[in-house]
This record gives sequence, structure tokens and C-alpha cells, in this order.
Amino acid sequence: MEKRVTFSRWTIGILFAVPQLLLIFTFFYWPAGQAVYWSLTLQQPWGGGNIWVGLDNFRSILSNADYWNSISASLIFAGISTGLAMFIALVLAALTDRQLAGSRFYRVVLIWPYGIAAPALALAFRFILAPEAGFMAVVNQVWPGFWDPGLDGADAMASIIVAFSWKYVGYNFIFFLAAFQAIPRSLIEAAAMDGSGVIRRFWDIQFPLITPTIFFLLVINITESFQDSFGIVDIMTSGGPANATNLMVYKIYSDGFKGLDYSGAAAQSIILMLLIIVLTIFQFRFIERRVHYR
Amino acid sequence: MVERTPFLNFFTHVILFAGFVFCIAPFVIVTIAASHNLKDVNDVPMSLLPGNDFWVNIKTAWVTANLGPKLLNSFIMATGVAAGKVIISALTAFSIVYFRYPGRTFIFWLIFVTLMLPLEVRIVPTYAVVANVLEPFQTIMDLTGLSWLVEKVSGVHVALNLGMLNSYPGLILPLIATATGTFLYRQFFLTVPDELTEAARMDGAGPLRFFIDILLPLSRNNMAALGTIMFLWAWNQYLWPLLITTDQSHATAVTELKQLIPNVGGAPEWHIAMAGTLIIMLPPLVVVVLMQRWFVRGLIATEK
Repeated sequence: MEKRVTFSRWTIGILFAVPQLLLIFTFFYWPAGQAVYWSLTLQQPWGGGNIWVGLDNFRSILSNADYWNSISASLIFAGISTGLAMFIALVLAALTDRQLAGSRFYRVVLIWPYGIAAPALALAFRFILAPEAGFMAVVNQVWPGFWDPGLDGADAMASIIVAFSWKYVGYNFIFFLAAFQAIPRSLIEAAAMDGSGVIRRFWDIQFPLITPTIFFLLVINITESFQDSFGIVDIMTSGGPANATNLMVYKIYSDGFKGLDYSGAAAQSIILMLLIIVLTIFQFRFIERRVHYR
Repeated sequence: MVERTPFLNFFTHVILFAGFVFCIAPFVIVTIAASHNLKDVNDVPMSLLPGNDFWVNIKTAWVTANLGPKLLNSFIMATGVAAGKVIISALTAFSIVYFRYPGRTFIFWLIFVTLMLPLEVRIVPTYAVVANVLEPFQTIMDLTGLSWLVEKVSGVHVALNLGMLNSYPGLILPLIATATGTFLYRQFFLTVPDELTEAARMDGAGPLRFFIDILLPLSRNNMAALGTIMFLWAWNQYLWPLLITTDQSHATAVTELKQLIPNVGGAPEWHIAMAGTLIIMLPPLVVVVLMQRWFVRGLIATEK
């Protein structure tokens, strides 16, 4: 879309864009370019030169079992938490949209979790799921040793999935509810007049009409699970036990800033960037064409 | 709707109520745990009746983690990011929508691409840039031979250096450098009728006048929505402040949470940890509750 009426003094126009351009050049394009450069060189941690090594950094990362472990942990985390958060939110939004008594109240409260900082809710869940205090301790009293995120990788993974899903149920709920409410009431009424029940109407009318939202949220949830998980992992598990929750962004952070392996961290950043770009393009290219539009 | 579905209605209520409990339980547990003393909070199962030590614990958490200045830092950072976003995005969108100049489409795409890569994935090099913000310009001058020229002509050796670690600009600026708000404004500006622009021009208003007197007042709703979202987003940032504030004086409240985790060897002071968590999660929660309308609207508009 273009404006028909514009201002002719375009030098002023460019000036308006200058602050933004300076910012994204300094804090976006330069660092992104730097990451590419570093990933192709061997960087000294304290400055003082670098050696061109071509794709060696990528080779050494891709042949490292720890890295593949981190990728699979990230994918497991992304898959399960996205599925959980979206399914719960979809059910809650669909039911809230039935507008029975009290739905206005649920509309307000169910979005609260999204306002909370990931590390804060992580600390809350760390207590709630602690094996010796909190609530899982009760389970542990009945079956000793059943639950210990500090020792058992699967338990630790389950903890961070619960914490992340809790926050993103609130997020997905907002979008699902908005999508449901955008469906014209007359459509649903017409279907009801034709004798279709509540569940039939959901599957045949509402669900197809919100598929764009579902795919949009799918991509957003997956990319957020790569980024927003950092605080949760750092507070709840610190990547442990035995790297079971060492997700990709956490590994970039610990390799880059704790291990001072800038080149390795940069190469990992590039791989993660590519992954996110592919996801985004996938969303624009393929998904938008296939789904139903109003 | 039109039919009677008592069974389904009953289920709807049950499931919604379960969802409500699921959403609210962590808040309740944190609050109750924050009111117990050391012994009660570690009881199995912990009593769900509030204890008497709520204010004592809040005070202890406040003092141990030194939350006063940290909350102030968080507030400055969040306000700075929100204000910066609201202003800079408006300027950029105005430039993209209301002017025709060579390279406009290119600039549009330059900005659009920044949506794809969040700060978290390019964290290491961004840190290096913030350590010396002028480094990109120094490198460009070195590579183009400009610094050599300057040194020849004036005898001054060019060494641009401006560190932003442990400073508010260092906290704020990299968080502003994305396109989130620009597209929100762009969508809105495109809906502003052309007649308005024509009338303004007829009355002799230049672009600046039109922007300040007509466009900005019209976009007040957008500003509120974007400001709310950005405030919350910035308040909840963790990785970035954690990295660039090596000095306690600029640390934010959220990064302080790590200090509150009970040590493995020490006493399990969960009551203090939960009191601190409560203090830190309260401000964003208050914003969400009070600004709900803008929050929901901004979220839906910025992401789509």
C-alpha cells in the first residue's frame, strides 16, 4: 500500500529515518556481521588478533556431541512446551468465547501470566517443584526419589517446560481469544440455525477460521522458546544436570562468556540465526498461502 | 447460544475454573510462602494458611538483594526503552510512509529484517559493540582510509572510543534497535485519510508541522499500546542486563533474582526468595492489570 499524497522535500524525510538507521546499524547489522566474521576466524578472548580458519569453527561445533545434545534438548523443549501452551490456551479461549457467565472474568485473569518476567516465574516454579520443600516433596514422601530435577535430566526438562508453558498459555490465550472474537457472530448463528451443535460448529467453522492464528502462534512460540527460555534455564537448572537442559541460547552464553570461546559462540549464533530465519520464511512463504483467510 | 447444553456448560465452567486455578496458583503459592518463617516454608506439605512473617520477609528480601536501587534501575531502563521506541518508531514510520525518496524500499527492508533476529542470538558481538559503541565507525574509517587522511591532514590519530558497559544508554539503546513499533505506526499511518494531508498542505503546513500537530495527536492510542508493551518487555529483560551490568550500581531487579536462590550448602531460605520474587513480579503485574486494554491491543498489533 502506498500513500497518494506525500511531501516533496525528501531530504527531510530521510532525516526522520536517520535515528533508527543509526541504531540498527550499530546494534544490529554490525554485530550480525561481526558474528559472521568471528565464526570464520579464531578469536583471541582478550583481543589481540585473530586467525582466519574458514569453516573450521562450524566443523568443530557440528562434530561436537555436546552441541547435538543441545540442539535435541532445544527441539524437545520447543516441541513439548509449544504443544502444551498452545493446546491449553486454545481450549481455554474456545470455552471463554462461549460467553457463559463469568467469561469476562476469565478474559482478564488468564492473561496475567504473560506479564511476569521469565526468571521471576522460574524462581517461583523452582520452589514449587523443589524436591525437598514445596509441593513435589509430598510426592517424594510417598515415592522416595520419584522427583529430583537436580539429578534427573528428564525431571529438569519437565520443570523448565512447565514454567515456560505457564507463561505462554497467557500469551497464546490473548491471540486465540482475539481470533475467535473476530469471527462474525452471524456465521455461527446461521450454523446453529441449521442444527449443528457446539462441537460441530467448533470443528467446521471456528477452527478453520483461526488456522492463520494457529500457524502464526506456532512460529512465534517456537522462536520464543529459543530466546525466552534463557532466564528460565539460568534460574532453574543452569543447563544441568549433565547438560540435559543446556538449550541453544544458554550454550551460546556459557561458551561465549564463561568459556570465552567467542568464535565457537559466534558460529553457534549463526546456526541459530539461520534456524530462526528459515522458520520465519517458512511462515511467510508456505503457511500463509495454505491457510484460510477471512 | 440458541440451544440448551447443560452438560457442556457444566464442563465449560469446570475447565475454565481449572484454567483459572492453574494461572493463579503460582501467584498464591509465592505469596503464601513469602509469609512463612524458615521452618514453616520447608514443611512438607507446606501449610496453605498464610503465616505471620510477610512484612519481615519482604523487608529482609529488600535489604539482602538491595532492591530499592535495582527497582529504580529497572524502572529507568523500562521507561527509556518504552519512550525511545515510541518516539523513534514514529519518526521512522513517518519517513517511510509520507515521503518518496530514492532507496526508500531498501530502507524499509533494512528495518524489516531486524524483526527476524532477536537480541539473544547475536548477544556476543552486540556486547563487543557496546563495549565501544564507536568501534563500527572507527573500523569503517580505518578501512576507507579516512582515519589515515585525517591523521595526515591534522596530525590527530583517530581512536574513537565510547564504552557503554554499565550505563543506562548501554542498557537501553540495543533494546530499541528493532523494528517492532515501526510497523505498528506504519499500519496506522496508512489508514489516515489523504484528505487530511491535503488539507494540511493547503493550509501551508510543512512535514514537521503536519507530523507534530496532526499525526502525533491522532496516534495517541498507538503510543499507549506500544508504550505498555515495550515497558513490560524491557522490564522483563534478563540476559542483556545480566551481561552488560558487571557493576552492581546498574543491575536491574530481574537480574537480582539469581542472588535470591538459596545456596546448596546454606539454609533453604525459600521464604526470603519468594518474598523477593513477589516484589520483582509485582510491577509488571500491576501494569498488566491497570493497562489491560492497551496491553492486549498493543500485543496483537505489534506482532501481526
